[in-house]
Amino acid sequence: MNTKKNAHSKDENRNSLSADMADAGAIAVKVDDLTVAYNYKPVLWDIDLEIPEGVLMAIVGPNGAGKSTLIKAILGILKPIAGSVTIYGKPYHKQRSHVAYVPQKGSVDWDFPTVALDVVMMGTYGSLGWIKRPGVKEKKAALEALEKVGMLPFKDRQISQLSGGQQQRIFLARALVQDASIYFMDEPFQGVDATTEIAIINILKELRKAGKTVVVVHHDLQTVPEYFDWVTFLNVKKIATGPVKDIFNDDNLTKTYGINYKVSVQK
Amino acid sequence: MSSAQFEIQLIASLVAIACAIPGTFLVLRKMAMISDAISHSILPGLVVGFFITQDLNSPLLILLAALTGVITVILVERIQKTGLVKEDTAIGLVFPALFSIGVIMIAKNANDIHLDVDAVLLGELAFAPFDRLTVGGTDIGPKSLWIIGIILLVTIGLLIAFFKELKLSTFDAGLSASLGFSPVIIHYGLMTMASITTVGAFDAVGAILVVTLMIAPAACAYLLTTDLKKMLGLAVFFGIFGAISGYWVAHWLDASIAGSIATMLGVVFFLVYLFAPSKGLIAVMYREKRQRIEVLLLTFLLHLKNHSEVEERHVNHLNEHINWQKVKSKTVLDLALKNNMILIDNKIVSLTEKGDEFTSQAIDYIITNEDAQIEDMKKHFFLFRG
Repeated sequence: MNTKKNAHSKDENRNSLSADMADAGAIAVKVDDLTVAYNYKPVLWDIDLEIPEGVLMAIVGPNGAGKSTLIKAILGILKPIAGSVTIYGKPYHKQRSHVAYVPQKGSVDWDFPTVALDVVMMGTYGSLGWIKRPGVKEKKAALEALEKVGMLPFKDRQISQLSGGQQQRIFLARALVQDASIYFMDEPFQGVDATTEIAIINILKELRKAGKTVVVVHHDLQTVPEYFDWVTFLNVKKIATGPVKDIFNDDNLTKTYGINYKVSVQK
Repeated sequence: MSSAQFEIQLIASLVAIACAIPGTFLVLRKMAMISDAISHSILPGLVVGFFITQDLNSPLLILLAALTGVITVILVERIQKTGLVKEDTAIGLVFPALFSIGVIMIAKNANDIHLDVDAVLLGELAFAPFDRLTVGGTDIGPKSLWIIGIILLVTIGLLIAFFKELKLSTFDAGLSASLGFSPVIIHYGLMTMASITTVGAFDAVGAILVVTLMIAPAACAYLLTTDLKKMLGLAVFFGIFGAISGYWVAHWLDASIAGSIATMLGVVFFLVYLFAPSKGLIAVMYREKRQRIEVLLLTFLLHLKNHSEVEERHVNHLNEHINWQKVKSKTVLDLALKNNMILIDNKIVSLTEKGDEFTSQAIDYIITNEDAQIEDMKKHFFLFRG
């Protein structure tokens, strides 16, 4: 481990620097022997995974690799048939307030009768608990989050009247409002325009700078080295996990995606 | 208006409100058909409850029947989860089975008592004022008024307490689960309430027409608003309107009250469907027409921008060049003139500064697909409103 660290610190790349800090830091998420099945067919098989605190991590893998399933199982949305998940050493249901989740944009009905601000306010519901209603404080937090993602002028817009990129920003704002330590995002770049993609990745990088852990299901392999400092290769089984600099190579890509996957990795 | 007439309208209105509230969420969850399933399959629960209690208005009977409703939902979900059939097929399998069990039970055992299929299906709202509740010898009103009144109070109480949770789990079950608001608990809570309401309403409007009261007002409201609270309010309004107008239509035609209420709600929905300001058929057709013209306008402006030669911009030549019929070109020309986007000088058309800027912006948007640029244009042009 130590020799590896020294090798990193030769270059002053921010990625490896923060990765090193993370190496020394706490484990934010620990997944042990996790198996998830749909109708007895395993979609995730015996996953062991440690996500260090403060990394910006991509989960990559082909379609049907179980990337979304992994996130959902970590968040207790899906019940695993075996294994366990801990967030800072405790089960998820005790750590909800530390975790924010951005589901796939396509998982909700955007024709639902509500406006952008209201969707962002939903991020505050977790800290409110059952029955209690959001008040002035929650509204203020939601407006601030909208400001951060550049969507304040759209706060009263019906959500179906927003573009795909704007909808994704609303989802991001909703996660920001939770003020969590760990953020899970399911394909936040899917179907968004280039400006939104840059805006989102900048916010994610800011989160990491603030010491948060960010886990993103990601599809575009080309941008992995540019956006992320940590990566997990997944295809039903875990193929590899670690710093992008060390493990994002043709070998692991081929193992994950099958026959001779070549991607020009910009080092 | 006699007191019986008033009581009938009051009962019908309360039933309508009690149905509109869960109905709104069923419509938003795309589960409208489940209310149909529940309304039919509570029959065996009613019959068993009636055998035990010998009283159609007993709370035990209502609970038993509501339980059958929840069992229906569970069965539908179980069958659907096997992945062998789709949800609509699962619904179609479950409720006729349960319903027919109820029909056989009535035919075998209840022929000689007051429980017949017609009453269950169609309700007897007209007789509701005759079945009165007395406490210590004092008449305190029709029984069904009390039943539906209590159910409505519980529904409103639950709605106020769990509005936030209902909204969240309906919109985004995944986030709801991750925040610790179990969508399963909320789902079954809603289904239980819908079942209880259905049972409570069945002897007023009949099991089948409950479906109308749950779905039609909510569907009307859905077309008229983009705010969940307003949608609930509008659904309640349409429910009451259907109940009262339906009563008077029945009075006038000397026909079934429940049937008239359902018919009125059908008429109301049809009108809303046609005339709703943004989602209605006419509004949609108008918008599409405008968008077609605006596409033509853009094509026209682009042509002007690309061709600085005078002969390309002569009014007579434009017809041939863009190859439109006369009427179409006139509409487009008028629209461009009205928006100050072109100038016609000596039959030569040229872009104004505004027209030039608009064209560049629009083209830029089409190429980059960035929304920020076209916010101003959305106000004036349908084309950019998606």
